[in-house]
Amino acid sequence: MFSILRTIWLTFLHIFHKTETIEYPEVKPYLPPRYRGRIVLTRDADHNERCVACNLCAAACPVDCISLQATEDETGRRYPEFFRINFSRCIFCGFCEEACPTYAIQLIPDFEMAEYDRQNMVYEKEHLLIDGEGKYHGYNFHKEAGVDMGVKGKGEGKNEETPVDVKDLMP
Amino acid sequence: MPLEIMIKIQIDGKEYEVEPKKNLLETCLALGFDIPHFCFHAALGSVGACRLCAVKKFRNAEDTKGKIVMSCMEPVVEGLIISTDDEETKQFRAAVIEGLMTNHPHDCPICDEGGECHLQDMTVMTGHNYRRFDFKKRTFQNQNIGPFIHHEMNRCIECYRCVRFYRDYAGGKDLNVFASRNNVYFGRLEDGTLENEFSGNLVEVCPTGVFTDKTLKNHYTRKWDLSNAPSVCTHCSLGCNIIASERYDSLRRIMSRYNGEVNGYFICDRGRFGYEFVNDEKRIRKAEIRSGKTEILTEVDDSTLFSTLKDTFTANKKVIGIGSPRASLEANYALSVLVGSYNFYHGISTKEQDITKTVLNFLQQSGIPTPSLKQIEKADAVLILGEDLVNTAPMMALAVREASRNKGKEMAEKLGIPAWNAHPVMQVAQDAKSPIFIATPFKDSLDEVAETTFRGNLSDIAGLGFAVASALSAEAPTFKLTDKDQQSLAEKIALKLKNANNPVIISGINCGDEQLIRAACNIATALYSAEKKGVLSMVLPESNSMGLAYLEGKSLDDAISLTEKEEIDTLIVLENDLYRRATSTSVEQLFDRCKQVIVLDQLTNKMTLKADIVVPAATFAEAEGTLVNNEGRAQRYYKTIVNKNQVKESWRWLAEMIRIKTDSPSVQWKKFDDITSALIASNAAFAALKNYFSDADFRMLNEKIPRQPLRYSGRTSMHANVAVTETGIQPDIDSPLAFTMEGSHANPPSSLVPFYWSPGWNSVQAVNKYLDEPNGRMKGGDAGIKLIISVENAKTTYFKANIQPVELTKGEFLIVPVYQIFGSDEMSSAASTLSQRIPEPFVYLNPKDAEALKLEADELIQLEIDNTILKIKIRTEASIGLGMAGLSVNLPEMPFVDLPGRGKIYNMKVES
Ligand code: SF4
Ligand code: SF4
Ligand code: SF4
Ligand code: SF4
Ligand code: FES
Repeated sequence: MFSILRTIWLTFLHIFHKTETIEYPEVKPYLPPRYRGRIVLTRDADHNERCVACNLCAAACPVDCISLQATEDETGRRYPEFFRINFSRCIFCGFCEEACPTYAIQLIPDFEMAEYDRQNMVYEKEHLLIDGEGKYHGYNFHKEAGVDMGVKGKGEGKNEETPVDVKDLMP
Repeated sequence: MPLEIMIKIQIDGKEYEVEPKKNLLETCLALGFDIPHFCFHAALGSVGACRLCAVKKFRNAEDTKGKIVMSCMEPVVEGLIISTDDEETKQFRAAVIEGLMTNHPHDCPICDEGGECHLQDMTVMTGHNYRRFDFKKRTFQNQNIGPFIHHEMNRCIECYRCVRFYRDYAGGKDLNVFASRNNVYFGRLEDGTLENEFSGNLVEVCPTGVFTDKTLKNHYTRKWDLSNAPSVCTHCSLGCNIIASERYDSLRRIMSRYNGEVNGYFICDRGRFGYEFVNDEKRIRKAEIRSGKTEILTEVDDSTLFSTLKDTFTANKKVIGIGSPRASLEANYALSVLVGSYNFYHGISTKEQDITKTVLNFLQQSGIPTPSLKQIEKADAVLILGEDLVNTAPMMALAVREASRNKGKEMAEKLGIPAWNAHPVMQVAQDAKSPIFIATPFKDSLDEVAETTFRGNLSDIAGLGFAVASALSAEAPTFKLTDKDQQSLAEKIALKLKNANNPVIISGINCGDEQLIRAACNIATALYSAEKKGVLSMVLPESNSMGLAYLEGKSLDDAISLTEKEEIDTLIVLENDLYRRATSTSVEQLFDRCKQVIVLDQLTNKMTLKADIVVPAATFAEAEGTLVNNEGRAQRYYKTIVNKNQVKESWRWLAEMIRIKTDSPSVQWKKFDDITSALIASNAAFAALKNYFSDADFRMLNEKIPRQPLRYSGRTSMHANVAVTETGIQPDIDSPLAFTMEGSHANPPSSLVPFYWSPGWNSVQAVNKYLDEPNGRMKGGDAGIKLIISVENAKTTYFKANIQPVELTKGEFLIVPVYQIFGSDEMSSAASTLSQRIPEPFVYLNPKDAEALKLEADELIQLEIDNTILKIKIRTEASIGLGMAGLSVNLPEMPFVDLPGRGKIYNMKVES
């Protein structure tokens, strides 16, 4: 008997608490920057595509909803010819972002992606690629790698010696 | 095989019985231990350069301290006690990797080796994962080393495998190691195309991403994303085993598939880079019909095609079929059933057919074995008669190179140095080589391993052959050469063959001289009857030349002469560009005398442009089929690409035509197994196939064998642009393989291995897990089944020597064919990258002859041979005899010329 009364009393007290429910869509909820929502492909500080089409995100994806094809421009820089995410399959786990060695693929705080037609959930590169750097600023994979892909020459990257002179006989 | 006495060794506290004479690393790998290593390669032996394969060796059971040794340099001896997982050893290996990694670039995401990288595997395996080195990385400039291979030198870990393969194993000259200490550089003296015919193997031999496949780069796909099938190379008669890989409906690359009897770990560049024709825009992907002789070809759908075919077969009574030595057994058989074996023609000249039959009959009846490439590698004396192996059977040339090193191994063995200890063996051998004799009309790159080369025209070579046979056995037709030097050479060759334990005679039909074949057969017979040893290997022109010889049928010339007599209603040509096999006048005559021509082929060519009905046939990558290689080994390839558009396997089209033509359900070939059982029932020679190849119902642990690795990505997205609803797995009714990543990932039977992968081993080195022992057999036996079984106690018969002296009239030249590894094979020549390596057509001429004709190198000449007039460039070649000329044949722009033959050469400046 006492426990019933206590429960009623506690429930009654809730009337005076602050409500947790948000009047969405009139009121937008706060989403932390690292919220895992819609996926974007970002660019580096020089405004070039960050993605190097390494396929690691696709391999990490547990539902296999990322597919892409690598290609190269005339400087040898690798980028995706197409990049497709089937969001009707995506579980927003963020594994792709974890796997990405270039910070290209990022999940952002946006979940408003509902569609009437499931086919519209298939995003191509033009739908994914944004103009900015997203959450991670300043990183440019091409300056770290050893390959000359039109961004820096051999030996000009971070932590690189100038190329060996093969004809040099000095010990 | 002589039974080796097994010895006992102890690994990690457990006792194992192992073969002696091996090194510890290969022994451990064979036993299934994961010992990290870089520089050891089973085909190249050990040099102990990388220091990664460390294990701990104990002096005796009491010794607890032990010492670290390199397992690849350690012979296995009775009572050896080692530990593979000792803590100190593990630290040692991790330290080796850490050292190598100090200079390794941050490249994996853009490195084509990534995901199948031996260095990645070893790094993970040894447990090194954190960079402590704070200094800068060494860098190198790259080189442009040609259209096949990409060079990215920063990634090198100095294991020396590349130069050891390229120089020591494949005989290349233009790749080397430069500079010193921490700066060693693996590359060419200057930029330029790698010259060696086996350069593509660097992609697999190099454990890092220094050498990667440039053709793959054009449509790069990670190994884990490739859908693969076991396949067989279709670009020459050796039938090397390959893995064909697909992504997004296009063929992405060819890698070698291990076969201990055939190609071992390697394949040639024609086989590796010839695949691009499958994706070419010249591919026929839709059926086409011409409504009247003067109309143009228009694309039609299946139902229109079938109704046209129905009209054709109802109206037309006389139907003949021309098969092809590059089509599978099944396709050729289906055609012969459709037209009836009486109306089936082989699609090769009478001469080629006769010689092929001579070869097949000899191999079947003489009792003389024909060797696999592996057996050729084991030879200690080789005689090559007439064949330019590098260009007509490239991997056989590589096998002969390996054979040439047996002498050195034998010398080392006497000093107690085992064959796997590569460097000391080379030191001991110096220039010593097994006796190899090459008798060909002009020089080739294999000459350098020859003890003696013999140059002459084809009759001279045949004569030498007969003289050798005669010197070997008194029973052989007596034949003496008038030239003293030549006769003593013949006697020397006979003696060396006699003294060898495993002598091999190699010849082939590509030079088109029957006497030469007979001479080779006689040598083998003489050797075999006198010494009970010696094997004979015959090179044939195409991937299924041997298989075709098993089917009953007439020659192309017979078909042409038939049309001279009567008119034919319908001619069906199967995967055969007849313009490559007969003069255009006779092919056109054949066309004119046939009311209707149906062509089944893969690529648009002169034939398909002339045909009335063109049917899109599947390539090796889109079909199942059986090919018989030059040693009579039947091997099967499986499809890796799901057929799209109207493309179908030739046998399927032909089965459809049989149904339409006979309108009876008697032939009901729905699946591949149906036609193979019909084929097997049709000819006793094929009976052996019956139990050998697994049929489509074969299951591993109740599941099909997946074509895709477990990490295959993108399956819910790759087709989502077309339709977001997934279509599901493409069924495969023809084979035990499945177009999916799901299924049994246990090791399948050797003929069904679609790719190599094993936990911890993502690179090609995973192949070791599929072998009995490194460089040994595939587990459960190597793929392929020999159809030629040498009969016991066969009667010894010799061919008569019938050599006509060559007499040339003034201005006349003896013309012999010159083959090119890049260019002389039809399909690979259509590959866009490989076609960059095809030379312009040329004629070899002795410089003296050229001078007499007032010609200079590279000048255009006019060559007249059998009514064909060619304007062609000359190349002066000192090794070709006077009065002889070598004409490049089968190159894409070359018209058909019947060779060997006689022709006239004119200097165009003077004559015109
Ligand atoms: S969030 Fe997870 S499910 Fe979605 S694409 Fe990335 S890896 Fe795949
Ligand atoms: S992991 Fe990153 S760089 Fe690699 S393909 Fe995916 S998005 Fe591009
Ligand atoms: S290029 Fe490759 S094979 Fe050659 S030494 Fe370097 S890592 Fe080894
Ligand atoms: S062309 Fe011949 S030698 Fe080369 S890989 Fe193919 S079958 Fe082997
Ligand atoms: S594999 Fe033994 S030292 Fe390299």
